[in-house]
Amino acid sequence: MITQTQSPIIEIAARGLAPFIQLLGIYVFFHGHYGPGGGFQGGVLLAAGVLLLRMSMGSVHSQAHVSSKKTVALCALGAFIFAATGIIAILGGGEFMDYHYLPVPFLEGPDLRYYGILFVELGITMAVMTGLVAIYDDVLGIGHAGTN
Amino acid sequence: MKAFQFLLLAVLTVFLFYTVMDMPPRGDLDAPASQIVSPADSQVAGAYYIKYAYKDTHTPNMVCVVLADYRSVDTLGEVVVVFAGVMTCFFILRRRP
Repeated sequence: MITQTQSPIIEIAARGLAPFIQLLGIYVFFHGHYGPGGGFQGGVLLAAGVLLLRMSMGSVHSQAHVSSKKTVALCALGAFIFAATGIIAILGGGEFMDYHYLPVPFLEGPDLRYYGILFVELGITMAVMTGLVAIYDDVLGIGHAGTN
Repeated sequence: MKAFQFLLLAVLTVFLFYTVMDMPPRGDLDAPASQIVSPADSQVAGAYYIKYAYKDTHTPNMVCVVLADYRSVDTLGEVVVVFAGVMTCFFILRRRP
């Protein structure tokens, strides 16, 4: 395998480990409906996978996985998904965050609330994951060309 | 001055433990928080959640339902707090090219 950093052991170990951490993060996110888990915890695990790559491969080579330019925008998008779900419920005729009134065909009542909760958790996961990566990048000064 | 601080701390500690001793034990069925109707003749929220959480949302995890449906505005506030922290780091720490 062609390595991009000085220590091939650390890089290959991190590149092997990060997908499993992120897979666990996705599992925790979807498991929030049935047990411990949910958006915040799943988002933190997804961010842990990205930060492992950031630390082991250096900030330049890990840009291909999650780009530093998009993190803040994706964090804003995650928070917007959450708020937009509530506002769409208002437009559908209900109160703020009343998922019963989301205009989705073929779903009604409790099932609509089920998927409303899932959609809201998706927004939380996006905001927390990209937010943590953005804070890491800002603290290390990553984000413009020429930094490592 | 230091003796006064320790005295103040001791008095507050005694006050704290005296208050905690009056609380009902964990899981007490006679506590006001475990009743269906509170002493002020209003519905207790916890009993409502236990009764109707699955019927309302078809989601087995009650905590998830309370966090993301019944108390979703509070969770929206938490996400806004996370976003505000990210924006603070962005404006203070990010270097411009």
